[in-house]
Amino acid sequence: MLIPLAAVAWRSVEDGPAAFLAAITYPESLSAMELTFALAIGVVAINALMGSLIAWVLVRDDFPGKSVINALIDLPFALPTIVAGLTLLTLYGPRSPFGLNLAYSQAGILVALLFVTLPFVVRSVQPVLLELDRDMEEAAASLGAGPATIVRRIVLPNLLPAILTGSALGFARAIGEFGSVVLISGNIPFKSEVASVNIYTQLENDDPGSAAAISVVLLVVSLVVLASLDWLQRRQSRGEASA
Amino acid sequence: MSIAVKGVIKRFGTFVAVDDVSLDIADGTLTALLGPSGSGKSTLLRIISGLETPDAGTVWLGDQDVTRVPPQQRGIGFVFQHYAPFKHMTVRDNVAFGLTIRKRPKDEIRRKVDELLHLVQIEQMGDRFPAQLSGGQRQRMALARALAVEPEVLLLDEPFGALDARVRKELRAWLRRLHDETHVTTVFVTHDQEEAMDVADQIVVMNNGRIEQIGAPRELYEQPANEFVMSFIGPVNRLGTHWVRPHDIDILLEPTDSAVEAMIERVVYLGFEVRVELVRQDGSRVSVQVPRDEAERLELDAGQIVYARADREHVFAKT
Repeated sequence: MLIPLAAVAWRSVEDGPAAFLAAITYPESLSAMELTFALAIGVVAINALMGSLIAWVLVRDDFPGKSVINALIDLPFALPTIVAGLTLLTLYGPRSPFGLNLAYSQAGILVALLFVTLPFVVRSVQPVLLELDRDMEEAAASLGAGPATIVRRIVLPNLLPAILTGSALGFARAIGEFGSVVLISGNIPFKSEVASVNIYTQLENDDPGSAAAISVVLLVVSLVVLASLDWLQRRQSRGEASA
Repeated sequence: MSIAVKGVIKRFGTFVAVDDVSLDIADGTLTALLGPSGSGKSTLLRIISGLETPDAGTVWLGDQDVTRVPPQQRGIGFVFQHYAPFKHMTVRDNVAFGLTIRKRPKDEIRRKVDELLHLVQIEQMGDRFPAQLSGGQRQRMALARALAVEPEVLLLDEPFGALDARVRKELRAWLRRLHDETHVTTVFVTHDQEEAMDVADQIVVMNNGRIEQIGAPRELYEQPANEFVMSFIGPVNRLGTHWVRPHDIDILLEPTDSAVEAMIERVVYLGFEVRVELVRQDGSRVSVQVPRDEAERLELDAGQIVYARADREHVFAKT
């Protein structure tokens, strides 16, 4: 796994630090990266909330068709992303059956990213919620805590590590996503071009050095997010689970 | 505060967990709900706490009908079988929880928590997390947490069930002392008759969702209402239609009219007492408990033929 990563890192600085800097500050690329990170943060925020709610409903509620919906959550993982992109374009493109045209817009990219990252938070929160001791909530109730207080003081703190894990994985996926985005975004520079597509464009333009430089930026951000998550979790588990 | 349960029924699907139960618990008493698993005792406790809602009947705390009052507003303390610690909080924060959410002043909370940690003898553990405590310490923490809100009724679900025998005995005696000091109306659930006899003023014996008998420990032991109570509350022998406690049987070396012949199968020394296992001619077994010096005087030994005579026995109407 490290060899290809190292190769990309090497390629990015092969033309010297000045070329690297020029590549990552090139306005079109910079704009693409800004858009990518802004969208990824948005996606994470929405996912943290919606994913947790979906997990809650799937674990705590009972309704007909629950197992079908539960199985459908994994669909974005099972589907080739280009197929997902095509589907989204059909649904929300110029010939949308809902009259909702999101093609070539940032909203369209957001929808695509939300679609492919949906399972992360749901699937990381679900098992924790299943394991969560209902006694704790009853104990809090017996001590006078209302439902809102129970969620805030008891449930959320116990789910937070799982929500963070799912969000971080979703973030990493969102900044690198290509297949589902490339069709619906239309790749208009300075408007709807994301970093991964920008990398592709650089390669098409026969500029592998710039492509590698931007890749490295994405890579470093992903690593930093995952590493800080790991650090957070270790800090938390030191208090609770040790001894 | 007194507790009254009137005609309570609770079903889970087709299973009737609590079947038309009525019960009065006087203010300031310590009551045990005793019964085998599935007898409905825990469900009854949860109904009193408000964590479970009855399908029929009413629950009263003092002179207030609380049947539809949520647990938050019942002024109860509940201690769970597995303690239900808030895993993400320190021991101090666990104990303080009820006060924190009531937005009491910080100083008051600190003082109260210190006092409670001292009361339950875990003052050194305040900054630890529940996972770093032993079972007994976790149990004490759960008790302190329930007591922090100064409940008028303290409810404990199998409070000592998950502890080893020595710690269990210690905490039992401690619970009794605590009750004698605070006089909070306390109800605890147990399947251990010895524990119920040891701690409670009043025992409610439950079976199949119904109450079999209510009484003081001695009353239940000496005047059991039926075969179930008799056999649940202590060891028992069945001689035909008669039920006899092992210590209510005399062993004689010579036959008499009222004694039955049996062979000693085994003699077990339990300390002060000796348990003598007898086999009658029809193959039925009788267990007899005699003081040690009595056993020595009679020179009881396996293989010997002796005569067993019931001293006091119980005959129950067929149910």
